[in-house]
Amino acid sequence: MAEPRIDVSIEHKHRPEENSDGAKKHPNTCPSCGSHYRNDELEANLRVCPQCGHHFRVRARERIAQLVDTGTFREEAVDLRSEDPLAFFDLRPYTERLAEAEVTTGLGDAMVIGGAVIENEACQLAVMDFAFMGGSMGSVVGEKLTRAADSAIERRVPLVAITASGGARMQEGILSLMQLPKTVCAIEDLRDARCGFIVVMTHPTTAGVLASFASLGDIIVSEPGALLAFTGPRVVQQTTREKLPDDFGLAESNLRFGHLDGILQRSELRPFLGRTLRLFSNGR
Amino acid sequence: MAGEDERHLRERLNKLRGLPLLRGTRLSGETERLQAQLDRIEGEPTDDEIWRSVDLARHTERPYTLDYVERLFEDFVELHGDRARAEDPALVTGLARFGGRTVALIGQQKGRDLTERQRRNFGMAHPEGYRKGMRLMEVASRHGFPVVTFLDSPGAYPGVAAEQHGQGGAIARSQALMARLTVPLVSCIIGEGNSGGAIAIGLVDRVLMQENAIYSVISPEGCAAILWRDDSEKVKAALALKPDAAHCLELGVIDEIVPEPQGGAHLNHEESARLLGAALGRTLDELSAVPGAELREQRRERYRRLGIYTARSAETALRSGS
Repeated sequence: MAEPRIDVSIEHKHRPEENSDGAKKHPNTCPSCGSHYRNDELEANLRVCPQCGHHFRVRARERIAQLVDTGTFREEAVDLRSEDPLAFFDLRPYTERLAEAEVTTGLGDAMVIGGAVIENEACQLAVMDFAFMGGSMGSVVGEKLTRAADSAIERRVPLVAITASGGARMQEGILSLMQLPKTVCAIEDLRDARCGFIVVMTHPTTAGVLASFASLGDIIVSEPGALLAFTGPRVVQQTTREKLPDDFGLAESNLRFGHLDGILQRSELRPFLGRTLRLFSNGR
Repeated sequence: MAGEDERHLRERLNKLRGLPLLRGTRLSGETERLQAQLDRIEGEPTDDEIWRSVDLARHTERPYTLDYVERLFEDFVELHGDRARAEDPALVTGLARFGGRTVALIGQQKGRDLTERQRRNFGMAHPEGYRKGMRLMEVASRHGFPVVTFLDSPGAYPGVAAEQHGQGGAIARSQALMARLTVPLVSCIIGEGNSGGAIAIGLVDRVLMQENAIYSVISPEGCAAILWRDDSEKVKAALALKPDAAHCLELGVIDEIVPEPQGGAHLNHEESARLLGAALGRTLDELSAVPGAELREQRRERYRRLGIYTARSAETALRSGS
């Protein structure tokens, strides 16, 4: 006799994101073709699906390891931590979200900065991590990007920024909006000092980060399929009721409309950065 | 909680005041300290006051950019188009005379009636609008005119064409241009200053904010939709974001709160304009005395300082987090 089956459907506001079949997919299962990989397989392939070419997200430290000459990364401003100036409380206190993000990611905030060498070319790196509160930009991310620009100026090397962010961190209120002009000013100082600025926008780079330093690169490239939009598709759809093109906001659309210099496979990034860094250093 | 603190402080203050004065100066120092604490608690806007600001900032009878232009400026010549693609009526730009000097104006303009609101896209600019603003900034820069911007918009327009034409890049480049200019730059927040749409024309030397205006990283509705996943929680979101003028001043984001007529700017446009004009005139006089290169350096320094963070080791952070 078959077990009696009871289907229960409970709708609640804070349900984790699910796929259409209702099951939460494993992070190593390709959302595009459904192939599943062991972690070491994915890592060895730079977290790109060998089957269909889907680019999985890459955490900041792994990204650095993928790009820099072994052992050359010197992290800076490791000890910066967010404060909670507004005593912000939505469904949970901001301080609790911060502590949890720090424990789960092992990072102090959503950006890692430091000096590095890529294909024998010295540079300054600023790498964002989407796993830390959606890569959102608050006071610490703003300060780190600013310090990265200052280090680049001091060392007279180009700045390379790898972005991945949902935008400004709402929990820091108006101060998070102020990180837009703050990072813009830091990049203007970098430009005045004639240091190159190369931006690699990865999935997703949206809102406040797209509307500030990320869009100011001398060169801006992206990875295939990355969402690069000031406003994401869901909000655009809800606000305007417009029919969205299939490639709305994606890197491919941005390239076509003239907002990007190129789309690179992840495996091409390191040689590309090496080549551009050589151009900016101009034989120095 | 503020109420409890306030009662406690008042009691202590009254006790101290009741003591004979012969105990001397140390005691009067104590009274002053308590009075200062009390003033601070009273100065902190209550929840009702914050929400009232949100309401008044978006009041449909509130004076808009062109209402101030009409009352404060002479010889206004509106300029149109970004010289590349389109004219965006959500952002008004032009040259005018103010207090004996020519200034460049860039202002977000909502519409008064439905037809005008639609024409002006409710004050939500496309990238073409920001590019028109940048064109004006270049004119101002060439001729040494100060730039005055008026912030009053629900945000930059979230549409398909706006994205395709580079909304994010336009907002970034407009700020970058403002960080380069050597003419005086002043922003007046006259209604709602929201998100990237506001900061696109808000990277300036001085920010004047009207008493009942709001300045925020996101609209209360947008914040509620994302963090509470329910946009009817907008009051909670507004209270958490603290977008009112008093909080913005405390955080160093604005420089001056411009008073409004009793009950709000919508009740008396003439008086609102007079009060704003007085503050703007004074601010432009001050800035005009500063050499351009110095202005730019101070401007960048001002934004570089904004942010609240701490430095601590990972171990301490983990301990305090658990």
